[in-house]
Amino acid sequence: MEEQVKTTGINEQEEYVINMGPQHPSTHGVLRLVVSLKGEIVKNVEPHVGYIHRGIEKMCESITYPQIIHLTDRMDYLSAHINNEAVCLNVEKALEIEIPDRVKVIRTIMAELTRIQSHQLFWATFGMDLGGLTCFFYGLRDRERILDIWEETCGSRMIVSYSCPGGLMYDIHPNFQKRVKDFIKYFRKTLPEYDQLLTGNVIFRERTMGIGKLSLEDAVSFGVTGPVGRAAGFSCDVRKYEPYSAYDRVKFNEVLFTEGDTYHRYLVRMEEMRESMNIIDQLIDNIPEGQYAVKMKPVIKLPEGEYYQRVETARGELGVYIVSDGNKNPFRIKFRSPNFVNLAALNMMSKGFKIADLVAISGSLDLIIPDIDR
Amino acid sequence: MRSIYNYLKEVLMGVWSLLKGMKVTGSYFFSPSKIVTQKYPNNRNKLVMFDRFKGEVIMPHNEKNEHKCTGCGICEINCPNGSIEIISKTIATEDGKKKRAIDKHIYRLSMCTFCALCVKSCPSNALAFSQEFEHAVFNRALLIKVLNKPGSQLMKGVE
Amino acid sequence: MRLVIAAQNISTFSEPWWKVFYDFSLLTKNIDTGLHNAMSPFWTTVTEMLIIGVLILLFYALVGLFLVYAERKVCAFMQNRLGPNRVGPFGIFQTIADLIKLLLVELIPIKKADKFLFNLAPFIVIIASFMAIAAIPFANGLHAIDLNIGVLYVIAVSAMGVIGVLLAGWSSNNKYSLIGAMRSGAQIVSYELSVGLALITVVILAGTMQFSEIVEAQRTGWFIFKGHIPAFIAFIIFLISSTAETNRGPFDLAEAESELTAGYHTEYSGIKFAFFFLAEYMNMFIVASIAATVFLGGWMPFHVGHWDGFNSVMDYIPPFIWYIGKTFFVIFLMMWFKWTFPRLRIDQLLTLEWKYLLPINLVNVLVMAFVVLMGWHF
Repeated sequence: MEEQVKTTGINEQEEYVINMGPQHPSTHGVLRLVVSLKGEIVKNVEPHVGYIHRGIEKMCESITYPQIIHLTDRMDYLSAHINNEAVCLNVEKALEIEIPDRVKVIRTIMAELTRIQSHQLFWATFGMDLGGLTCFFYGLRDRERILDIWEETCGSRMIVSYSCPGGLMYDIHPNFQKRVKDFIKYFRKTLPEYDQLLTGNVIFRERTMGIGKLSLEDAVSFGVTGPVGRAAGFSCDVRKYEPYSAYDRVKFNEVLFTEGDTYHRYLVRMEEMRESMNIIDQLIDNIPEGQYAVKMKPVIKLPEGEYYQRVETARGELGVYIVSDGNKNPFRIKFRSPNFVNLAALNMMSKGFKIADLVAISGSLDLIIPDIDR
Repeated sequence: MRSIYNYLKEVLMGVWSLLKGMKVTGSYFFSPSKIVTQKYPNNRNKLVMFDRFKGEVIMPHNEKNEHKCTGCGICEINCPNGSIEIISKTIATEDGKKKRAIDKHIYRLSMCTFCALCVKSCPSNALAFSQEFEHAVFNRALLIKVLNKPGSQLMKGVE
Repeated sequence: MRLVIAAQNISTFSEPWWKVFYDFSLLTKNIDTGLHNAMSPFWTTVTEMLIIGVLILLFYALVGLFLVYAERKVCAFMQNRLGPNRVGPFGIFQTIADLIKLLLVELIPIKKADKFLFNLAPFIVIIASFMAIAAIPFANGLHAIDLNIGVLYVIAVSAMGVIGVLLAGWSSNNKYSLIGAMRSGAQIVSYELSVGLALITVVILAGTMQFSEIVEAQRTGWFIFKGHIPAFIAFIIFLISSTAETNRGPFDLAEAESELTAGYHTEYSGIKFAFFFLAEYMNMFIVASIAATVFLGGWMPFHVGHWDGFNSVMDYIPPFIWYIGKTFFVIFLMMWFKWTFPRLRIDQLLTLEWKYLLPINLVNVLVMAFVVLMGWHF
């Protein structure tokens, strides 16, 4: 403990220091926050990461490109498909392969389903963080329907491993379109319930409005992306600025707010679910015929060079940076994960608020700990 | 007067928003038909998994106890976790030639991440996924499986 | 020997036996005279106290177990789940199984805890709720002790539980527990005011603090209808502040699972934890029965004006059923709150009390006094 005091610069005599985590109900995993309190007021938050570090980037250096896909599932497990897509897009870009339209459209639909189910889980856990335990079950109940769609098409429920360099692992299941349409119909009816239960609730609004403000300048300088950045007015949607897959052929709005508090971070996600449903509506009936994968060489070797591809996951911008020396496995791979960057802003946002607000703020960042540590 | 009006309005709007939330939970309380819980061990017989479900890797055998695995080892190379190990042997074919064949196709379920690369890359479609999902065993050694059945042979016509 | 004589006396019962369900004083008086004939007044009192103690203990345990089961079922149905369904039909023996588990669980000693206070705290909490239950009229004549200041007594005794919570949080030497305990202290001290004032509104209307008389005064109509708007407002305020006082629902800041893991009872295990758990549910039962007694007519049946046929049908339902029904209705409301709303923050909790409930309550008391003065109530 003494060493701890020295390294973190916390004075135990003057501050009430509590360890939130690694095992704590509201850190959603093994994140450890060393919180200095004065009464109930948060003075300082120090995130300690690395409790679930598995060395994914190093592991990737010893396996081939198709094998990397299944490891990326395990970073941000709620955006598994989008992570897969990021690596696939990067490899395809390096090899200069033209991908069939069918693959692009299916990937986009899958990515939007990923976004919806991730935000559903966010809604569920955010409600639970604020003490409304019923939200958790409603969120998971609706998410189950997306997982069933995936199970039918991809064979797995969460860690899909559906994309592979050059296309998709399998073609979509014959039932896919019908089930997605059923889901959209169902969820359009259920989403207003979410609003009635939380968004409009006076206790919820009091708990979140004006809490954990992040200004546009801070958002840009911390480099936060995704719903956290967009709530602060930082227009950072990769889907809009660098369209990949089929995003250049659909119409959708980038949800932007300027307040930057917890409530608007929540609101961005609620609106994004609606936008995602619109995107799926535009694509689901127009899946082009064709190949579901390009025939690739048995051993994929990237030409020497550096490649970067960024995609928009449910929590922000995921960058995949590959350095290749011409071998079948990458010389170095680096993931710019959105959660790690967003976590950096936590201390600034939660200073001066109550400990209950800290839970709300860290909940509104929607942190996935395996993505922070990788 | 204005402030009292605003105060009362605030109180009433707050109560109204709370009542709207109570309507949602209350309506679910009084409609038990919407319950989604599955009574899992009881409905085991009726449970149907999707045909693409990745339960575990198996090697389908036909009724003559023949499989399609030639023992080429591509699945072993493709597996990212080293959960597949192939032990091959040389056998003499009918016309006297020596040929490589599979002795044991060892599959470690405990190391498998269900990425489907082995099934996908197999040139003779010898591997498949089963829909079995109840993998719990009391002994870790039981998770190391030999996929080819004892005494099984290569199917005719598969090279 | 004397008890046998007493039992013989009791068995000679003048009225038909089912009349007991409508007037328990027949039975209690019979037992009392029987015991008096058999032994000295001192021993009569001792025996009666023992009987009542055992009965209340049994009632307490049964209601506690049932409430835990009911809460789990209610929340499960609200969340589209089935709830406990494995132990017994519909899982009704689940709580008994849980209780047996809790009895068998190891009591983990805390190294740096204040041993004496740490062990004392659960008893204070549970004794407070025991004492409060004594003053509640369950049915006509079924009343352990009819104090002439019953309302005051219940408020005073139920507030004692906070001492146990504070001690538990402080003595377990855990930072989370301490925050939880301090929150609980601030919360209960504030909300006591609202509970008291809401009850005073009714005391003004009834003109007495004795529970039996309050119930008797509602023979012609429940207070929530009799005192129209002020009584209704007082009922709502009582519902909110009693939910807060029992550390439940959206006001469970002392436990605040997502912030403080389990608040003041983080370090407790086994039967000591079960005491806190049981006391929470019993406190809920107590405040619900006070609400039922004071606002909803206690064991009085529901009567409507001059509908004599309807009223006589209502009279056939025994008073005890009426009491239990009303109490569980209030408990259901409190469970509904808990499983719908997010939790408040500590400063909002105090704001709600001091800026909203207390001023409304004070005005409400004045309005009620005015209504009673002018004789505008029914």
